[in-house]
Formats: sequence, structure tokens, C-alpha cells
Amino acid sequence: MSVDTALAETSNNLVYSAMAVYAIGLAAYAVDLAGLGDAARDRARERARSQRATVGASVGVAGATSGAAPRTASSGLASSGPSAARAEAAHGERRAARIAVAMTWLALLLHAGAVVARGVSASRVPWGNMYEFTLTGSGVVTAVFAITLLRRDLRYLGAFVIGPVLLSLGLAVAVLYTESAQLVPALQSYWLVIHVSIAFVSSALFTIAFSSTVLQLVQERREQARTAGRPPRGGRFMDALPPSEELERASYRLIAVSFPLWSFTLVAGAIWAEVAWGRYWNWDPKEVWTFVIWVVYAAYLHARATGGWGGRRAAWVSVAGFVCLLVNFGVVNVFFPGNHSYAGIG
Amino acid sequence: MSAISDEERTDGSSGPERLPERLPEGHRDAAGARAAGDGGPPVGLGPLGWLRWAWRQLTSMRTALFLLMLLAVAAVPGSVVPQRGIDPVVVTEYVQQHPDLAPWLERLGLFDVYASPWFSAIYLLLFVSLVGCVLPRSRQHLRALRTPPPRTPARLERLPEHQRFEVDADPDAVLAAARTVLAGRRYRLAAHPGSLAAQRGELRETGNLVFHLSLVGVLVAVALGGLYGYRGQVLLPEGRAFANSLAAYDSFDPGTWASPEDLPPFRFSLESLRVEFEREAAGNQFGAARDFEATLDVVDAPGATPRTEQLKVNEPLRVGGAAVYLAGNGYAPVITVRDADGEVAFSGQVPSLPQDANYASRTVVKVTDAAPEQLGLVGTLLPTAVVDPDLGPISVFPDADDPRLFFTVWAGDLGLDGGEAQNVYELDTEDMTQLTSDDGEPFRAALAPGDSIELPGGRGTVTFDRLERYAGITIRHDPARGAALVFSLLAIAGLTASLFVPRRRLWVRAVAAGPAVGAVVGAPGGSRAPRTLVEVAALARSEDPGLAQETDAVVAALRAALGQPGSHDGPQDDEAPGSAP
Repeated sequence: MSVDTALAETSNNLVYSAMAVYAIGLAAYAVDLAGLGDAARDRARERARSQRATVGASVGVAGATSGAAPRTASSGLASSGPSAARAEAAHGERRAARIAVAMTWLALLLHAGAVVARGVSASRVPWGNMYEFTLTGSGVVTAVFAITLLRRDLRYLGAFVIGPVLLSLGLAVAVLYTESAQLVPALQSYWLVIHVSIAFVSSALFTIAFSSTVLQLVQERREQARTAGRPPRGGRFMDALPPSEELERASYRLIAVSFPLWSFTLVAGAIWAEVAWGRYWNWDPKEVWTFVIWVVYAAYLHARATGGWGGRRAAWVSVAGFVCLLVNFGVVNVFFPGNHSYAGIG
Repeated sequence: MSAISDEERTDGSSGPERLPERLPEGHRDAAGARAAGDGGPPVGLGPLGWLRWAWRQLTSMRTALFLLMLLAVAAVPGSVVPQRGIDPVVVTEYVQQHPDLAPWLERLGLFDVYASPWFSAIYLLLFVSLVGCVLPRSRQHLRALRTPPPRTPARLERLPEHQRFEVDADPDAVLAAARTVLAGRRYRLAAHPGSLAAQRGELRETGNLVFHLSLVGVLVAVALGGLYGYRGQVLLPEGRAFANSLAAYDSFDPGTWASPEDLPPFRFSLESLRVEFEREAAGNQFGAARDFEATLDVVDAPGATPRTEQLKVNEPLRVGGAAVYLAGNGYAPVITVRDADGEVAFSGQVPSLPQDANYASRTVVKVTDAAPEQLGLVGTLLPTAVVDPDLGPISVFPDADDPRLFFTVWAGDLGLDGGEAQNVYELDTEDMTQLTSDDGEPFRAALAPGDSIELPGGRGTVTFDRLERYAGITIRHDPARGAALVFSLLAIAGLTASLFVPRRRLWVRAVAAGPAVGAVVGAPGGSRAPRTLVEVAALARSEDPGLAQETDAVVAALRAALGQPGSHDGPQDDEAPGSAP
């Protein structure tokens, strides 16, 4: 079967268009965050003023507040950051954020077009080499984020999701680019569709969870500084984000969804390995790293439930998990020879 | 490894609610380590006490966490250093290239990480820790499954979810309706005077335990597969047959308890091998493999009718409880050697191992029957040969577009008479001399298919008759792979339940409201049903973003069941969060 080069060319043009729109979206998310930061500061000032006025009244409210506390604690990702919502009320309609979301959807459309065109050009799934994997994988990240946006207001995460997506696309185009072509025999299997597509979704969730974890760690540091009486300097937009506890729960939810998917990736990969190579587990470098990632995120889930480990240390474990994910993709494919060596680069 | 547990809280039956502590439920960690002075060893205990202390340490969550992270770190070197279990040839090359480093890596077991004592120690300790934690927890869970939901707290309004409303029905009718509604939502129930206690989500812990026990199952299945399975490889040139017996294999790797003397008696022959490489795409995709297909004639058992099967990558052939894989392919030039007397000293296919992506292949022929001296041919088969001004003869495409066989010849003793095993792909030239041309340079030949060449000194002729192919075939038997799969899927199912099934407690209290309330609110002119004050309260015992929604749904269902789907008149304590992501 031959390759439709015109369609492959269309795919490349769509990638460039998507990158341009992502760039606009990224700028809009950044502007929005800056605005939120200002709003949060105004709000804090406002609150300080009103608190002085209502010291007496607040005593009566205290009981009710303590009763509601666990409820807030269990709502987590659900409340998109009431702080953000309040900031919105205080600061008008967050026009920049709305532009950013519109750009996200437009870019996703172009991105999806590029992925589909690439697949159709060779009449197969568009993840046969590292370029295609990066192209499709980053598209899935945007899709997961955009769909999550329909249900939760996670716009504050936008810059930290779209930024990496844009970066990956740039890397794909500049370093990893490979001509559209047919697959090597080892990849000609429906397991390529099952195993890799689940790996995409799972990696996308881990990526978004990573962004949220980094914000959580930064936020926690700022909170500690504030408690210690040293108001943090710089990064004012962080004030607009939810408190670290809430970010922690958001990360946990994402990882909790992703972990079973990653387990499935592992098992589906083993089934495929049995079909392709006659061994479901052979400690191939890619298998090793997929396993390492699984173990590290398992450690994260355990750390979270271990007394004295709290959110912060567990968060570092999940950061380590994401680093392993990057190693698995960026280093293992290229530098460690093994059965999975069909990166198509170099 | 201890099972991940939910954030267990106090019962909710007394005292104000505490924020959830991240303490594992029923965990040795909390009880054991604390009692022993936060991890310190106990003082003044006998050997039994020490043993118990050590066991507690091993089965604690902290140890499990430590072992998990250690396992992750320990697995990494095996992806960097070449592994004997994957490719012993690469290991041998690595040892030759790194003479200083290799002995140390060897000593540390780094060429065989996943079978090394230290790696085994880590995962075995981890599994002991897991079993030591999960078994007591299973017992505890079985007990919990039989324990009725706890008594209704005195002050329901202190629970995180709480709604209060009035209905026109008597308290017993309300509780009966609540019973139906909650049973329908799969709660376990316990009736108390004037109230109903309900609990659900035991599946969460069941899933957790199933997950961990399934991991043990996977480990056992992997071990059994390794012990009872076997794996063998054979290079089969076109037209040749293979009968499944130990002697027919080029290499055979049986498990410790496998019985290689009675393999299933199937046989097959390789009728043809079709290959296809990329010719259109430019760049690094040019020449990439596109399709390999072997046609086999298979006989399942002696006397059975032969059937024709296509063997492809990703499409193994299952026969006689074993699986047959097309693992590789290459060229087998057909070469005929006549000796000085003009007798055919050798004629046949010579499987040649590919050395690069364009199938430049190493060809070695050992002619034991040549007279007056034994002959050895060493050379390279180039399927699409080009003579590069710098690199010399190279192959530029993997398919056989313009094949050439380049070789030199040695004469003397091949060293095969001593009975020592020799690598068929290497020529031992210790007792041999290289044939030279008249000018004193080593004799070199380059043949196209059909060509012959006279050897110097009247030693005979070499003919490159034609080019055929061989298939690299792997045969594998793993009796426990089905079990490994079942346990893996069970583990994922258990894991999913343990992460997403919410554990909830819910209480419904119905108290007859005073007549004054009924008089004020009651429907004018209608029949007077007694007024009842209903309270519904709920408590999450795990990550549970849907608790408020659940409470709303229960209240709505209860009102519908009582025929009074009114507006909420109970206090709504927060904005209702959505469901889980």
C-alpha cells in the first residue's frame, strides 16, 4: 500500500497552524493568570478591610464553618477553586481565559486534523514512530484537558498544560520528524491500537497531574512562607490558584484515574509481547521503564496513605514518576536498544 | 506491601467530626510502630518479641513504601547494562569492550539483574510484606462484612452532609420508605429505634485485597511459567523440515522442571518465505521492513494430515500446546564446493546471519570432506551490493536486488575432530592458512548467483548456485501464561474498585413533628396525615467527591417514595459539587 504524500503534507501544515493557535492560547492563559493574580490581591486587601469591620459577627459563624470543613475537604477537584470563581466575580468575566479556551478548542481541532491526516496518509493508526507518537500524544493531552474543562473550571492550569503541548509539538517537528510510511511488521497488530491509545490517555493524565503537582508544591511553599510571616515575592498569579490542599486532591484524582489505565497499558503490552515475541515479559528496556513508572506511582498511592508522609513528600514521589515517564519516552526509545527500538529517528 | 487504605475516621457516633487523618485503617503501621515508640525497637523483649517486632516492621506501610521505591531503583540498571536473559551475544561483546568494568558488573550480577539475588530479595521481601499485611486485613474485612452499620449518631447535623425536611407521613412509613430506597441503592441496613443506619462500599476494600492477592497470583504464574516452560530457536532454510524434538533445535532453554524429552510431536516444513521492504518512502524509512510471511506445512502429530499455515510476525501458530513464532529471517546462499579431485565436497544452503539493517550477512562454510585438506570459506553476502570507494563492498538495500557473495578461503584443519562444540558461524583458523593469489595477496572472490570460481593452487572450485532465505523460528511453551493473564486482569479490576467505589455511611432519622408544626404547614382541608421531621446525614469514609450528590439523590428518592417530591426545605450547606472526574 502506498503513502498519500499530499495528505502527509496537509498534516504537516495543520501541525504548524495548530502550533500558532496554541501560542495565542498560551499567551491568553498567561494574561488571564496575571489578571487573576491582581484580582486575588485586591480581594485579599478587601477581605482584610472587611474583617476588621466584622470581628464581632465572625464569632457566631465559627461553629458552622467548622461543621462544613470536612465537606470542603472532600469536594476537591469538584470545586474548581472557589477562589478562582470569586476572582472572576471580582474581576469581571475573565475575557482572556475565554479567549484561551476558544483557542484551545481551535488548536485541538487543527491538531486532531493533523493527526487524522497523518494516519489516513498511510492508512494506519498515526503512532508508528516517535514523531507520530509525540504528535498524537500531545493531541490527547489537549483533548483530555479540553474535555475536563467542560466539567471543571481548571482554566488556571491552562498555561501549564498548553505550554508543554506546544513544546512537544516543537520538538516533534524539529527533531523527531519522520516521513509518513507503512509500519514495520512488529507493529502491524491491532494491539498497537489498544496498547498505545490507552498509554496515550494515561500519559496525558499523568502530565496534567504533574502540572497540578508542581503548582501544589509551589503553592505549599508560598503558604509556608506566609505562615512564617514572610509574604512570598513574585509569582503573584499563584494567589489566584486554589490552596495547595485542593491542588493536591486534583493531582490525586488524575493519578487515581491514570494508574489503572497505566496498569492496563502494562498488561496489554504484555499480551502483545506474547503474541509478537513469544514472551509476555522479557525485561526489555521499555518494559523495565513501564514497570518502573507503575511501581513509582504505586509508591505514590501508598505514600499518600502512609502516616507522616502527607501531601508534600507524596507529591515528590509523583514528580519522580513523571520524570520516569519522560525518561521512558525520551531516553529509552533513543539510547537503549531493545525490542521497542523503532523510534524512526537517528 | 500493605494495601492502600482509606482514610478511616471515627465512627461518627460520638464527638465532633475530626478531619480525616491519613492513617491506614487497621494498619500495623499506626498501632505497631507507635506502641514501640515510633519505630524504635522495643526494649527488654525476648527473641519472640524481637521476631514479632521485626515482622511488624516488615509488614508496615513504611517498609512497603521503601521496598517499592527500592524495587523501582533496582529495576533500572537492567535497562542500561545489556542482559544475558535478553541477548547473551551483546553481553559477550560488552565484556570484550569493557575489560576493566565488566568483572565488577559481573560480580554485582548486573548482567542478569532480574535473576540476581539482590533483586530477588527486594521483590520477595515486598511480597512477604504484602502477604503479611493483606492476610490479616482480609480476616478483618470478612468480619467487617458481617458487622451491621453503626448506631445513629445523636447529632446528625454535625456530619459533613446533612439535610432536614418535613413530610406528611408517620415516622414508620418514612423509615419503611427509606429502607426500600437505600436497599435499592445497595446499602447494608440496620434498624434502630426511630432511625435507620446504612453503609455501603465494602467493595472498595474487597477490590483492594483482590488487587494485592492477584499480584501474588501473577508472581506465582510467572514463576511456574519459568519452571515448567521451555523456549527454543531454530534457523530453518526454505524447503527444510523441523520435527519438534530436542535434537532439532539450534538452541533450547528449558525451565528447571520442564521435561524436554517429551515435547509435543508436531513437525513442519518451510515451503517459502516472502519478504517486503520499503521502497517508496525517503529518508530513514527507506529499506525498513514491511512484511514477512512464511508458508508452513504443518503436521500436528505423526500420521495427521498436513495443513498449510501462514506464519507472520504478530500472528503466531499455536500447535500442540506450544506457540511457533516467526522471530527473524535472513539469507541462505546455496553454495557448492568441489575439491581438487573434482568431487563435490559440500553443497547446500548456508544460513548467514545479518549484520546490519541492509542484511549484509556473515557467511561461513566448513568443508570437512575436501581433499587434500579441509577448506573454510569466510565471507559476506550482500543482497544489494555496491562497492563504496571508502567502505568497500556494502549492501544498500535489504532485498535481494543484486546479490554478491564476497569471501576468502582457508585451508588446513577445521578443528572439528576433537569433538568440541564449535560455533557454526565462526571459523577457527588456528590450524589453517589463508589461500593466496599469485601476487601473494590473500585470495578474494566475489560471486553473483550462478557464478563459479577456481581456487588457487588447483584446490577446486566454489559455486554460488542461487540465493534462498531462511526463517528464524522461536518455539515457546508457557503453561501458566493464561493464569498470569487472569490474575493481571483481576488485579486491574480490584484496583479500579479500590480507587473508585465510594465508602459511605448514611443515616435517616424520622421523628414525629409537634402538632403545631403540622397545623401550620399541613395542607388545608385535606386528610390529616401526621407530620414527620426527617433528617438524612451522610459520612464519607474515602475520597468521595460525590457525597453531597448522593445525599441529594437519597432525599429526592425518599420524597418521591412518600409521594411528596417537594422543594428542598432543609439547609443546603454548600454548593453541590459534581461527580468524580
